[in-house]
Amino acid sequence: MSDFAAKLQLYFSYPFVWYALIVGLLIALCSSLLGVTLVLKRFSYIGDGLSHVAFGAMAIAGILGLTNNMYIVLPITLISAVLLLRTGQNSKINGDAAIAMISVGALAVGYMLMNLFPSSANISGDVCTTLFGSTSILTLKPADVIICIIMSVIVIAVFLLFYHKIFAVTFDENFIKAAGVKAEGYNLLIAIITALIIVLAMNLVGSLLISALIIFPALSAMRVFRSFKRVIVCSAVISVFCAGTGIFTSIMAGTPVGSTIVVTDIAVFFIFCIASLFTRGKAK
Amino acid sequence: MGNVLHCQDIVLGWEGSAVVSGLNFNISEGDYLCILGENGSGKSTLIKALLGLNKPMSGMMIKPADMKAGDIGYLPQQTAVQRDFPASVREIVLSGCLPKCGLRPFYNKAEKELARSTMERLGIAELSKRCYRELSGGQQQRVLIARALCAAQKVLLLDEPVTGLDPKAQLDLYDLIAELNKSGVTIIMVSHDFAAAVKYASHILHIGARHQLFFGTTADYLSSDVGKLFEEKAVSENE
Repeated sequence: MSDFAAKLQLYFSYPFVWYALIVGLLIALCSSLLGVTLVLKRFSYIGDGLSHVAFGAMAIAGILGLTNNMYIVLPITLISAVLLLRTGQNSKINGDAAIAMISVGALAVGYMLMNLFPSSANISGDVCTTLFGSTSILTLKPADVIICIIMSVIVIAVFLLFYHKIFAVTFDENFIKAAGVKAEGYNLLIAIITALIIVLAMNLVGSLLISALIIFPALSAMRVFRSFKRVIVCSAVISVFCAGTGIFTSIMAGTPVGSTIVVTDIAVFFIFCIASLFTRGKAK
Repeated sequence: MGNVLHCQDIVLGWEGSAVVSGLNFNISEGDYLCILGENGSGKSTLIKALLGLNKPMSGMMIKPADMKAGDIGYLPQQTAVQRDFPASVREIVLSGCLPKCGLRPFYNKAEKELARSTMERLGIAELSKRCYRELSGGQQQRVLIARALCAAQKVLLLDEPVTGLDPKAQLDLYDLIAELNKSGVTIIMVSHDFAAAVKYASHILHIGARHQLFFGTTADYLSSDVGKLFEEKAVSENE
């Protein structure tokens, strides 16, 4: 046991471990807040679609040789988020078809660009890193951490200030529109902070696993809790807990960070599924 | 009695093509208007126009000067999203106060009090902490009516409120709506339930395919050709 503690102490003497922990927990918190809304609005896949767009954008940034690819990835993802939401409301193109189209397209274009203009000798390694975010969270620089903190604060502040509006738009858009509230504006707001979170989360779990970070805590919380506020709080707690556990495990066991976090999330989901069987039984 | 809405020769359409035309009707304060019509007769387009969400292609729609968008409380048809939505009754009723908030991020005391008293008025105060998705269909409709009443106290627009309810719950809901009407709330109800319409409503607006068939009091409707025809059809369907 003392061996374990010593190992932990050793790791925490490195700043990059602290950076990883701070960034990881913040992203987990942000993604879980919005996750509930996205799942309930049947937008679970917007996370997936946008993360593929971000992957394509990252490929472009890599070719251009930008040191900080945030400058390209963020604007492209934001624009796509807004476009996806627009088409989602347009009756002529189906929302899920639009998401599928953009996400598959961006993935293909991104991979092709990476192959045509290889920035390093190891293309499949690069792709793997971008998709699964294998170790990038452990190579964060102080500047990345500061950007992440600022963006998370923005997301959390927006969420708290617009909490009641987000609830109302999620529950019943028709009613809210009829009552004279500009629902489109709030939908746009949701799309923008979703895009922010996805760009942030790319560093942590990579573009493929972002959906898991958004969806699993929300689904777990919805199994057990029955009011919107409790579901949000519970999903935030689950997400932060899983991210923390996942990061520790991956450091100690040497497993990839992103997938370790997601596996923890899946495990918690099953625990909550079983728990819901008992609470349901009691309610009846 | 004050006027709520006066419509003259309204043509309603969707993306440039007319869906229903020749609408002439009048709603006064305290009325119970039932809008009857088959599926596809343009009822949902009319609802949007009444709520101010789309403008008529031609014709005049006159509202009192002090009435603005959002002054009609709306009870939409339930969507699939709502059926498994984790939210407490109180959270949903309170969301009816949202338009009053404007940009203010949280509800104030007056709004919380309004939500509480409205829940009491509709007899759902004891459900306030319950989860919406675990309620019966009739209870869910009461919750949504309470929310609509929080948004607007004078006029309610109900879109097929009894769809999917069992007969007993349907009867309860109709009684509740009649009670609200007696207490001074103007009711506009879209329905294809002929029997309930002529039993409860004070006025009927009947829309056929693409144009208005009848508007007037319920008594006039029952003695009109359209009403008689529809009554026969309704009776034969029930048998």
